[in-house]
Amino acid sequence: MALIQQIIFLVILGIVGWLVYKRASLIRKTIMLGRDEDRYDQPAQRFSIMFRVAFGQKKMFDRPLIGIMHFVVYAGFLLINIEVLEIVLDGILGKHRLFAPFLGTFYNFLIGFFEFLAVGVLVTCLIFLIRRTILKVERLKPSRHREMNGWPELDGKIILIFEIILMLAILTMNAADTVLQEMGSRHYTVTGDFPFSQFLKPIFTSWTEPSLVIYERFAWWFHILGIFAFAVYVTYSKHLHIALAFPNTYFSRLTPKGEMNNMPDITKEVKIMLGLTTPEDAVAGAENVFPERFGAKDVPDLSWKNLMDAYSCTECGRCTSACPANLTGKKLSPRKIMMDTRDRLEDIGRNMQVNSGAFVDDGKSLIGDYISNEEILACTTCNACVQECPILINPLDIILQLRRYKVMDEAQAPGSWNAMFQNLDTNQAPWKFSPGDRFNWADKLRNEG
Amino acid sequence: MSELIYKVPTMAEMAASNETPEVLFWVGCAGSFDDRYKKVTVAFVKILNKAGVKFAVLGTEESCTGDPARRAGNEFTFQMLAMSNIQVLDMYGVKKIVTACPHCFNTLKNEYPELGGNYEVLHHSEYLQQLIDEGRVRIESGESFKGRKITFHDSCYLGRANGIYEAPRHVLEALDADLVEMKRSKVKGLCCGAGGGQMFKEPEPGKKDINIERIEEAIDTGATTIAVACPFCMVMITDGIKNKEKEDSVKVFDLAELIAQAEGL
Repeated sequence: MALIQQIIFLVILGIVGWLVYKRASLIRKTIMLGRDEDRYDQPAQRFSIMFRVAFGQKKMFDRPLIGIMHFVVYAGFLLINIEVLEIVLDGILGKHRLFAPFLGTFYNFLIGFFEFLAVGVLVTCLIFLIRRTILKVERLKPSRHREMNGWPELDGKIILIFEIILMLAILTMNAADTVLQEMGSRHYTVTGDFPFSQFLKPIFTSWTEPSLVIYERFAWWFHILGIFAFAVYVTYSKHLHIALAFPNTYFSRLTPKGEMNNMPDITKEVKIMLGLTTPEDAVAGAENVFPERFGAKDVPDLSWKNLMDAYSCTECGRCTSACPANLTGKKLSPRKIMMDTRDRLEDIGRNMQVNSGAFVDDGKSLIGDYISNEEILACTTCNACVQECPILINPLDIILQLRRYKVMDEAQAPGSWNAMFQNLDTNQAPWKFSPGDRFNWADKLRNEG
Repeated sequence: MSELIYKVPTMAEMAASNETPEVLFWVGCAGSFDDRYKKVTVAFVKILNKAGVKFAVLGTEESCTGDPARRAGNEFTFQMLAMSNIQVLDMYGVKKIVTACPHCFNTLKNEYPELGGNYEVLHHSEYLQQLIDEGRVRIESGESFKGRKITFHDSCYLGRANGIYEAPRHVLEALDADLVEMKRSKVKGLCCGAGGGQMFKEPEPGKKDINIERIEEAIDTGATTIAVACPFCMVMITDGIKNKEKEDSVKVFDLAELIAQAEGL
């Protein structure tokens, strides 16, 4: 019986590992579709940012109460993994509570601590679920934010319910286990009571030994299979942030938020136009390939970091709730920009899967089919969304690249912008004033002098 | 202070007499052409004169930094303007620039280096703070601000874009006024609605204009003066006040104007 369990466990572990690996490879492949961008400089500073923002969750504490609750779930998730390691090893080796004999009383302390975390995660997830379903927090409301309709709303709830059930499984498993220990059941290493599950023991005390064993095994399997299912689920869910928050903060922008990336291809052109360099020099200078297009029309035109941002987004909506355009009823929602970018990537990923690894043009593009021109035109580039993101996602960078495409490649700027550009080209000012009048403001002062 | 003679030398005049200014005052398009912001330019020039700062302006040799073109997605126009500005600045050997416009400031400071223009760039809030700290600007002999309620509206391109939150507040503190904060301020400050090229087009359809949302917050503080540090914010906030018909009870001033008033200039 034990051997069969071991074999089943190993097979499932193998399948889960393979599924996660396949999915992670596809995500990596679609991220790498993005344009090259160097984010490998200043490793010490990058590490420090990752340590503070991802590991230490610094920005989550902008809202202290939510910050603490999120930290409980996060710490619970990280630390309970130590117990999962024991569970996986037990499963592989056909043992039970493998670590107990080695750790002695410390084992009880450890499991006690895990139980404490489990209760913390359970309570917090319940509160989060109440916030989503009963209190209906503004930024999570599908009726207010169209991007949250359907799957994203469901996804948020599924994860919370998943975690609640997993925590219940751990606690009842430990309770059934200790009752079995007291019966002197073979195979159940004696550890004594655990701090929280002992209160659940009354449920089990009247049970017979075989039914207890069945329940304990059921809870054990349920817990570990739940974790395996979760591991696969996460790769399809907004919950990917639990892994991607780390690289995403590491590779975040180190330049001031106000700085917009330069376009070196255009610098070459402008230098030729201003006579700062000759076309021959410019051509001889490098592999002077004129860019296929200016700005970004679709996801491969964005940088790989923009695409990693999209997969890292947890859809919390802090960006959107701070966006001045969204607050005043415009169509723009920075969260939707990130979710649309991810949806497009997922569509491209599926397309590549069915076409043996190569993307076959589906006639769609990020701007137009996923994000509308009206959305990107509403942005004031105020950086509130960038400021708000707890894991340093930059929706503005994507918006600006899409604007570059619309304005330069498609020449589809609003009429008043075209007038502004024309003024800049002819009078070097955004308004229709003569450059010769630029110094008139000082006439009165200078004449007095 | 009528005996004070205000000078506004240009870089060309300085160069002709073989002089080098301490700092170049970058006036910007709004500071040069917008009737309201021209007053800020004049106020700042008066402060510089009184403080004995040896400064110069580019006069008609200045062009737009290109900020609105770049934010609106027109990189060609931006780089054309930027490159020709860099040529002019480098021709005069400019090392240090001060400007009253956060958009000019951000572009000159953060975006010109990649195109070959490297300067020390200060926003006038930082520069005014330095002048006050050094004792070169003394708040005396002018209007008293004691007990007057002032709220400061953070410009996105000064605040979040460049992390400058304290300098403008230090300048206002020097006035000895009663500084009150809006519900959303500093990193959480709400945009006036003009950035990213919005200044030059109609807003997209929505249920409210952004500057109205902002002005409601400013009015809620009970402040009688809204201090700004950006020409675009100045336009948007002033329009918001007009929309709420509060022109008589709430005034909008730039930092430099408030300092000039306090100095009796």
